[in-house]
Amino acid sequence: MSEFASGSLTGKNLHLSFGSNHVLRGIDLHVEKGTTASVIGPSGSGKSTLLRVMNRLIEPDQGDILLDGRSVLKDNPDELRQRIGMVFQQFNLFPHKTVVDNVSLALRKLRKLPAEQARAEALEQLDLVGLKHKADARPANLSGGQQQRVAIARALAMKPEVMFFDEATSALDPELVKGVLALMADLAKGGMTMVVVTHEMGFSRNVSDTVTFMDGGVVVESGPPEQIFTNPQTERLQGFLSDVL
Amino acid sequence: MDALDQLVKTFFDWEAMAAVLPNMIMFGLPNTLILAVSSGVLGCILGMVLAVMGTSRITALRWLSRIYTDVFRGVPAIVVILLIGLGLGPVVRVTTGSTNPFPLAIFALTLMAAAYIGEIFRSGIQSVEKGQLEASRALGFSYGSSMRLVVIPQGVRRVLPALVNQFITLIKDSSLIYLLGLIASQREIFRIGNDAAANTGNLSPLVAAAFMYLILTVPLTHLVNYIDNRLRTGRPEKRQPDDAAALIGKGAQA
Repeated sequence: MSEFASGSLTGKNLHLSFGSNHVLRGIDLHVEKGTTASVIGPSGSGKSTLLRVMNRLIEPDQGDILLDGRSVLKDNPDELRQRIGMVFQQFNLFPHKTVVDNVSLALRKLRKLPAEQARAEALEQLDLVGLKHKADARPANLSGGQQQRVAIARALAMKPEVMFFDEATSALDPELVKGVLALMADLAKGGMTMVVVTHEMGFSRNVSDTVTFMDGGVVVESGPPEQIFTNPQTERLQGFLSDVL
Repeated sequence: MDALDQLVKTFFDWEAMAAVLPNMIMFGLPNTLILAVSSGVLGCILGMVLAVMGTSRITALRWLSRIYTDVFRGVPAIVVILLIGLGLGPVVRVTTGSTNPFPLAIFALTLMAAAYIGEIFRSGIQSVEKGQLEASRALGFSYGSSMRLVVIPQGVRRVLPALVNQFITLIKDSSLIYLLGLIASQREIFRIGNDAAANTGNLSPLVAAAFMYLILTVPLTHLVNYIDNRLRTGRPEKRQPDDAAALIGKGAQA
C-alpha cells in the first residue's frame, strides 16, 4: 500500500568541510521510492551531517542531491525542506506553542490553510500517532516518547515525500523507545521513503531495506540488512558491529 | 530635640508635600509616564532591530549593532539628552515651529534604551537552543520566519524580567528632561518636586517626588520577581484528565 506521495532520494558524491575538517568525503546514497534506508556508524562519522546536507540545512561543497530523479540544488532550499520531513534526537518541539499548534504552524504559515482547517488536519495527524487527546497540552507536559511522536506528526503534516530521522530514539528512556520505533516501522510499511540515522541495530536490521555504514565521512559498506549484519565485508564494519551488538 | 524637629521638618513637612500633590498627579505623573512609556516602546522596537542585526549571519550588520550599542551604553544619559535636546532643538524649532522638548527627550531616551534593550533581546535570542531554529528551518520556514515565529518569541519571554528592569531605569532617567527647559504643564515628577523645594527652601516636595517614583517602580520590581519566578517554575497548567487518572492508579485512557 502507499499512503504517502513519497519519492526517491539520491545523494551523489557529497562533500562538506568545516574549515580543515573534511566531514563528508564523497558520499553516495540512493533511497528508492517507498523504501527505508538506515545509516549506521560510530559517532562523528558524519551521519547526522549527511541528513542536514541532503535537505540543505547545510549546503554541500560539492555533489548533487536528486529528489525523484531531479536535481534540487538550484531550488529554493526552503521549498525543498517543505518536501522533506525531519525528526530530531532532541524532538525540538516549539515549547511556547501547544501540541496542536506545533503541528499546524507550518500548515497555516506555509501552506496558508485557514486556521480551522489547519487545526483539523493537525488533529488528524495527532490521531495517527495516538496523541489527539494531548492536542492542547504544552510539549513540556508530555513524556519524551510522546514529544517525539508529536514531532513525527509535525513533520508528516506537511505531507513530505521523504522523512529523515536523526537518532530519533537516542534521547528517550528505554521504555519509551519501542513506541516511537513502532510508529517509524508503520510509516515504513505505509510506503514512506525514509532515511533513518540510528543506533538501534534491531530497527536497522528488521525494518530497513538497505543499510549504509559510514565511518570517517565515507560510506564504508552498504547493502541489504542481511548482508550487512550477517556477512560484513570490511574490517571496520566487523569491528563496529562487534562493538554495538 | 530641636535638631531632630528641624530634620523632620526638612524632609517630612506634610503640608509642603500636600501642596505639590495636585501638580504631581495632574502633570508630573502623566508626563513621566509619557516619557517612559513612549521611549520604552520605541526602545523595544529599535532594540529588536539591533538584536536581530546583532545575531545576524552578516558580519557588517553585527558590527553596526555592536558599535551602536557600545556608544550608547558607554555615554551617560545626561550627555545624550543634552546633546540631542540642545543640539537638535533649534533645528526642530525652525522646521516645525515647536518648542516642546518632549519629542527630543523621548528620542534621546529611546536611543539609549535601545542599546540596553538590544543587548537584553540579543541575550534572550541567543539563549534559545539551536535545535529550535533547525527544526523550524527543517519544516521549510525561511530564516526570517523562523526567527519571527519560533526563536524571538521564546527569547523575549526569557528576558521579560530584564526588560521590566530597563523600564524602571527609563522612569528614573526621564527626570533628565528638565535640562531642556519645561513650561509649567510639561513638568514631570522630579521637576515639580524640585521647583517646589527651591521655592520653599524645604526638601519635602522632593521627598514627595521620591515617593511618586517609588509608587511607580516598587510594583514593577515585584512584577519582575513574579515573572522571574513563574518563568523558573513554569506556569501551573491544568493537568490533563488522564494524567490525573494515572496518578491515582486508574488506567489512563489513550
